[in-house]
Amino acid sequence: MATHVRAEAPPARPAWRSRLYRFDLKASPYAFIAPFFICFAAFGLFPLIWTGWLSLHYVDLLKPDVMEWRGFGNYTRLWSNDQFWTALRNTFTIGVISTVPQLLMALGLAHLLNYRMRGRGFFRVAILAPYATSIAAATLVFVQLFNPDYGFINWMLNAVGIHPNWYSETWPSQIAISTIVTWRWTGYNALIYLAAMQAVPKDLYEAASLDGANRWQQFTRITIPSIRPTIMFTIIVSTIGATQLFGEPMLFGGGVGVSGGSAHQFQTLSLYLYELGWPSRQLGRASAVAWTMLLLLLLIGLVQYLITRYRKRHELGG
Amino acid sequence: MAATLSTPSARKAKHAEQDRPRGLFRRRAGDHDKAGPVAYVLLAIAAVASLFPLYWTFVAASNTGERVAQSPPPMVPSGELWTNITTAWNQADMGKALLNSTIVAGCVSLSTVLFSTLAGFAFAKLRFRGRNALLTLVVATMTIPPQLSVIPLYRIVTKLEWGNQLQSVILPSLVAAFGVFFMRQFLSEALPFELIEAARVDGANSLRIIWHVVFPIARPAMAVLGMLVFVQSWNDFFWPFVVLTQQNPTVQVALSAIGGGSGHDINQAVIMTGALVGTLPLLLIFAVLGKHIVGGITSGAVKS
Repeated sequence: MATHVRAEAPPARPAWRSRLYRFDLKASPYAFIAPFFICFAAFGLFPLIWTGWLSLHYVDLLKPDVMEWRGFGNYTRLWSNDQFWTALRNTFTIGVISTVPQLLMALGLAHLLNYRMRGRGFFRVAILAPYATSIAAATLVFVQLFNPDYGFINWMLNAVGIHPNWYSETWPSQIAISTIVTWRWTGYNALIYLAAMQAVPKDLYEAASLDGANRWQQFTRITIPSIRPTIMFTIIVSTIGATQLFGEPMLFGGGVGVSGGSAHQFQTLSLYLYELGWPSRQLGRASAVAWTMLLLLLLIGLVQYLITRYRKRHELGG
Repeated sequence: MAATLSTPSARKAKHAEQDRPRGLFRRRAGDHDKAGPVAYVLLAIAAVASLFPLYWTFVAASNTGERVAQSPPPMVPSGELWTNITTAWNQADMGKALLNSTIVAGCVSLSTVLFSTLAGFAFAKLRFRGRNALLTLVVATMTIPPQLSVIPLYRIVTKLEWGNQLQSVILPSLVAAFGVFFMRQFLSEALPFELIEAARVDGANSLRIIWHVVFPIARPAMAVLGMLVFVQSWNDFFWPFVVLTQQNPTVQVALSAIGGGSGHDINQAVIMTGALVGTLPLLLIFAVLGKHIVGGITSGAVKS
């Protein structure tokens, strides 16, 4: 950053050229970042604000030009609705049981992949293969594997004598959906952790093993603290992904996917938004769900920010 | 976040690893980083867990629908693959879906790579007012879920009578914040300031610098980003599902139609065939380029 490109052109140049040069230097950075910001403004920010405006109205999907002012009516109605709270709770529980085991397993796998071994290339590509599988394809496959009557998983569980109904019971269905998410993303996160682990200086481990630290101690005392920023990053990204969960529960439910199962047992907020906006045709209420999601994300962000700040201060203090 | 990207020490460490002598009789004092049998067993379990659903998709797609819906489930391939493919092809327009997905993913990855490289270069190597604030803004946009914009976008698309047309899926995905961040991180390290200054002294304007200096250096990162965006765009579900119909679907939208019905007359084998056909193109790319994709992720840690 210290190298500053000097704006003055050599005096020998004609004046118009030097002016052009200076203009190029000043304007081109903005020209280079402009496409991103223009697209974001057009397809991200502007619709986001419009969604907020829609959420204060009654709007029919088929007659979107007729807007009837509702004030905060959509929000009060939403927040007093049981189905909304079910969807919120489901989004949270599915988020936790898909994110926490996923990231823990990814950490373990990354640690193993960081060893010197034969076939490391194979293992890396193998655990990344689910990442190449789409939400739709993966979900359709797992719907089969989780089928209560003839699915592979219940066939295996016969051995221990349990037959959960992965479709209709609340916890089994949420675990099944979380399994799809975990299956698709564990390998990807493992490779991200692996990248961070490879940046940890090797002499740290050598010194630790000379001091008699076993592998577990090396993992908890050296690896984890060294890659903490990466762990934070994956936690944030997974949290965002969990709040948006849509395709997996939608397709897992088959014919009743939009309502998240016959008793909404696995309906997420995104599904609820879709159900209100499209099958029920109430765009205003759907917009209120969208903005509630935004408020929740801001709240989560604030909590995460406060935690990191508290931890920083705590660590500095003691 | 910057820590997720490879640092010079990471590359050095990787390099040193490759320089190690190989062979059975290698004797080293510090075997602290050598995998033990437990590591192999655990990794083998992970590999099986990752690959088994894919293998089983193939098994189911090559059996009859009746066989798939029996317990115990089939475990070995059978000869029905071609019949199932023709049925799946008739049930949803798989050919059109594959073509559409290729077009969409191709356009989206080309434009994302181009715009990300331009913006990443500006953020990494050019000085301008508001740079840091704008970069923070780019990263912050990653946290906004697409659900927040679908309703107005749907209105715009229907107003323009673009419902069911590919441009309504392509346009909102022309840029990606993570791409900008990815290219910025790569170019911060890979592109020396001296090179840009030398080009400027030679009288090159910014466009020429982009073409003759930035693109050649950024090419490997552009390739990795292109593959990652392609995979993501191919697998994108929410917005295509909202805006496209079965008359002009992407692969994912077609799959949702094959698998989305209910009732007992559904042929499970055909559903699995659809999943297989929709995934196969990407699995083939992975089989050929998997190592490069893995290398791209492990050297430049990307997360959408």
